[in-house]
Amino acid sequence: MFSTEQACWFIRKVICWRAVASIAWAVLLLPPITAVFVILSRFSLLHPIHTTSECLSLLTSTSAIFSFILLGGVVVMVGFLNLEYYTVIPTIACSKIALFGQLLHPRQFVNSLVHCMMGLIVAWCCTVTTGDRYEMLSYVCVQSDGSSQMCLNEYHLVFLLAGAFVGFSHSLLGVIHNMNYVSFHTVQQYKYLRFKGSLPLVVKCSATQALYSIRNFIVVYFFLGHIPRAWISKTLNLHLNSSVHTLDSIAGLLDLSLLYQLWISATFLLFTWYITLLLFRIFVTEVYSFPVQSSFTEDAHLCLPKVLTDKQPMILKFLAMQDLALLSQRSPSRRCEVFSLSQPGGHPHNWNAISQECLSLLTDLTQRLVVYHDTVATNGRAKSLSAGSERKTSSETSVTSGTEDLMSPRPSVLMKTPASVFARSVVGGPQSPLTAPFTPDLDSPFASPALRRLTAPVEQCSPWYGTVQSPHIMRRAPKLWSTSTDSQGNGSPLSAASVHTSKQETSQPSLLAQFLQNRKEQVKNFLAKRVLIMYLFHKLPEASSQALFADSQAHIWALEGLSYLVQASFSEDQFGVVQTTLPSILSCMLVLQEAVDRHFKLPHASSKPVRSTSSMGDSTYKTLRFALRATLKTAIYRITTTFGDHLNAVQVSAEHRKRLQQFLEYKE
Amino acid sequence: MCSLALFPPPMPPGHTTLCESNNELLSGAGAEDRPKQVLFTAASLKLHSRTESSSKAAFLDHSETLWMRSAAAWRDGGFTGLLTEITNSHTEVPKWLSVSSGCTLALLRWISSFHGSLFPHLTLSSEDMIAEFSQVLNWSDCVVRAFAWHPHTDKFAVALLDDSIKIYNPKSATTPTLKHRLQKGVAAVQWKPLCASALAVACQNCLLVWHVDPCSLSTRPSSGCAQVLSRPGHSPVTSIAWSPSGSLLVSASPIDTAVIVWDVAAESCVPLQRLGGGGITFLSWSPDGSYILASTPSALFRVWETRMWTCERWPCVKGRCQSGCWSPDGSRLLFTVQGETVIYALTFADSPESCFSPVAAVVADLSETTFNTPDGDIIIGGEIQCLAWDPRGERLAVLIQAGRPAIIAVFKTRTNPIFELLPCGFVQGEAGSEPRLMQFHPNFQHGALLTVCWSTGKITHVPFYFLSAAAPPFGLSGSPLLPCPQERPSALTNQSLFTEFIS
Repeated sequence: MFSTEQACWFIRKVICWRAVASIAWAVLLLPPITAVFVILSRFSLLHPIHTTSECLSLLTSTSAIFSFILLGGVVVMVGFLNLEYYTVIPTIACSKIALFGQLLHPRQFVNSLVHCMMGLIVAWCCTVTTGDRYEMLSYVCVQSDGSSQMCLNEYHLVFLLAGAFVGFSHSLLGVIHNMNYVSFHTVQQYKYLRFKGSLPLVVKCSATQALYSIRNFIVVYFFLGHIPRAWISKTLNLHLNSSVHTLDSIAGLLDLSLLYQLWISATFLLFTWYITLLLFRIFVTEVYSFPVQSSFTEDAHLCLPKVLTDKQPMILKFLAMQDLALLSQRSPSRRCEVFSLSQPGGHPHNWNAISQECLSLLTDLTQRLVVYHDTVATNGRAKSLSAGSERKTSSETSVTSGTEDLMSPRPSVLMKTPASVFARSVVGGPQSPLTAPFTPDLDSPFASPALRRLTAPVEQCSPWYGTVQSPHIMRRAPKLWSTSTDSQGNGSPLSAASVHTSKQETSQPSLLAQFLQNRKEQVKNFLAKRVLIMYLFHKLPEASSQALFADSQAHIWALEGLSYLVQASFSEDQFGVVQTTLPSILSCMLVLQEAVDRHFKLPHASSKPVRSTSSMGDSTYKTLRFALRATLKTAIYRITTTFGDHLNAVQVSAEHRKRLQQFLEYKE
Repeated sequence: MCSLALFPPPMPPGHTTLCESNNELLSGAGAEDRPKQVLFTAASLKLHSRTESSSKAAFLDHSETLWMRSAAAWRDGGFTGLLTEITNSHTEVPKWLSVSSGCTLALLRWISSFHGSLFPHLTLSSEDMIAEFSQVLNWSDCVVRAFAWHPHTDKFAVALLDDSIKIYNPKSATTPTLKHRLQKGVAAVQWKPLCASALAVACQNCLLVWHVDPCSLSTRPSSGCAQVLSRPGHSPVTSIAWSPSGSLLVSASPIDTAVIVWDVAAESCVPLQRLGGGGITFLSWSPDGSYILASTPSALFRVWETRMWTCERWPCVKGRCQSGCWSPDGSRLLFTVQGETVIYALTFADSPESCFSPVAAVVADLSETTFNTPDGDIIIGGEIQCLAWDPRGERLAVLIQAGRPAIIAVFKTRTNPIFELLPCGFVQGEAGSEPRLMQFHPNFQHGALLTVCWSTGKITHVPFYFLSAAAPPFGLSGSPLLPCPQERPSALTNQSLFTEFIS
């Protein structure tokens, strides 16, 4: 398909090169990091000059160069995994069971295994550079009867196992802390300055993380250490030296030098990996400037209006939205191109494409919030749907009926057949990743973000947009949450018809289905009383709220882009192209504002998450909803302060006018 | 270049400046001529009689074990506190421990004194530091410690000596009072642009962002309405600035060399670290949002551009940059240097490539000048405490600190076709009061409105009525201004500003 080709173009020409550059820098940084590690691991206060010369000779030896090549290979592999697993929309597990699902997913399993192997390799390199008693797996020992034989060097074994353990726990923590999530910064700095600024954090994180990992490893080794030891000595036919302590005893583990070496090596391992991750994040989120229009038609698919509507690689969409937000703020010449008319015909194609895409994004979010709120309102808590896969099979229903279902909430219907209503209610973007995570099951544990990124089909422009502009819906828009009697009282034939059709649909399930439904409820109630089940299925507080706003960075940029463009149009728009869309922009923002306000009244929605500073996992997604709320308000204020009383001439519904008046008087 | 010698002589004592009309400053002496005002007196405020740490002496704590005391010392005073505790209780600990901790403590003190000799301000207590670097004259005994107009409406916030903040709005009868456990030593307050409710407060230990619902009838919003933004090593906060687009907040502390850029809604921050200078004392965001002035306690200030967040260093000859202000279009920066009596100007071109002109030009000289008045000679002039430029770029107010008493000199400014300063006059208060703090109203329709906080705890508004020479500025920061109506001051006297007495 055309747009997949184009997506490939972006991935191939931009993202891959950025990833390659980040990996190259990580490899280049490896020698100094290794040198620091060697000095730290071999330094002794008593013989400073001796150790320094020793370190220098070690760094130039053949074994060091070989292990250095190995380390370079590991860094390249880590960089490749970063590229393969990164996501711009975090996967948020809404319950413990979903988290376990994520951890046990085959793709994640492969990831953990690879990390385990790489940890092993790095640990081996560390033993080589540390030298001394850690270097070889076997050594010649003299038994009590005087005969000499090959014995197992347990220190070496402990090092290798620790490396594997740290690698494994790194990959597990990566899932729990969403370490593959790439967030975009509001402050654009040059790459070098960003790197320099985050370096202290990386050092701190790797040191503390290494400390915790080594502590856990020691506990595990204390209890289970004899198993790998016996296995290795058996397979390699090595003996155990009975004259030295085994390391899974308290006396063996109380070796401070060993603990220090383990900790330093784990820090080194995590530091190189975190540096690779950090560089990848910095390079990938760098601003990319798309042309607004091109004079050649064959380049049209590279231009901003076209790129914005693509849903294929989310990173492309996000970078395009970011570019839109920045150009609308800072670049008068590019804004001018947005407001320009097409040469033959005189249509504002650029503005239309951009504003439509932004509006469809925002209405999408509004819709999602309304649906979520309705589910919560019906039974006091978010109703968990049984099968997340059902939505994938959503049939082609008429768009108007789908949206009408949304507009006239019927609690009872929602309760009886949640799946069917939801299946249709997400018609706006059934498989679009943007709408995906709005209930726990929708971000099913078996849809890893990268998979989702790959499998996300091409999505046409949301059909919801077409309907929102019709005056009929416009009139009804502010009544989104009116009771059903109200909406019927409207007496609009369309709504009545849609209510009728959907009632028919819902009455189709026979008595058998009803019976099954009841059984299911009973089983659910029974299971809900068991502690373990409760623990696994209990919804994490505010997780569903986070999931609802997981992709809100795009909405924030859409709001910023729209509001800055509208503000600039006051003085820069020569042809008045923005004026035609101003009513729909205003009503869209006001409806969203209402939905967001309503959402923040739900329990857990407005509670602030705990800030974790000492983790490499980016927790920006946890506060996206607050950022969205603030941006939305600022965006509306930006428009109202710019236009002032001129807004009274804009065609909006009476309720929205009242709302706008509040904004004009600064009372929101 | 403009100098004080060109100014009309000041009014005799007892006369207060009322307004500017027909190109001259009018004054009045009688009580009925008083400008609109709000009065706070120190007696009406309930001050802290005793700081919290001083209550420690009232309790006996010797029954605790050494471990408990060490833990408490670690919690209260950190590493140095722990060392001090160990050194002091030398009877209970082994001798080597107390001796070694004493040695470490001495070493630490020596290092910090060395550091302090490089940057003398680091030895100040945080109260003194705020007083030293605040834009307010004599901050420590000032009843009104900070003042901020709302950028879009007739609403203002006043921070008082008792660490409370009051919000006045002519359209509502309630006067919310904001108090918070962490709200101590308020150095600056500022309203968020493009928002009705958010107010940022620079406190001694942290940064608070209050969300005061304008429709709420509550007079004491709970501390749950305040967001606390803090970062280790970033206190006391002496200056804050919102971006004109309302999205970011920057804060500065004299002991932190980084400017912190806050994303307030997400409560995340990005430190912009640059070595040198020993801290940041004053921040000012240009009205078009493209530059930030950041001055340091040393003879150095920086101008950050906000596109890629890089900075340009500007070393000064004599002292630190005390105050600065931007022209409405963000193309010109006026600043003053401690120890000098002149105002410098820097011009920034529009294109980012050639944005910095090589040197700063002196545009006004405020050195001591003697005026011969019927009551005798009056000497005015000296160092400058702070600068304020009205949002249309037509009036520049300068608070001169060195004269006794301090006085405000007002210049007329013109940016087109060439930049020039013309004398306008002096703004005086009642006898015995001196100005401490001043700010222009962000969108006064009929000219410029200067709000002055006096040492007596009085806040007065001095309007400057004029017709704007240029077209009303339209920028990111404010609403499009309506064309100035042709009416004269007499028609405006019934417009309600603030009339309230608290005593």
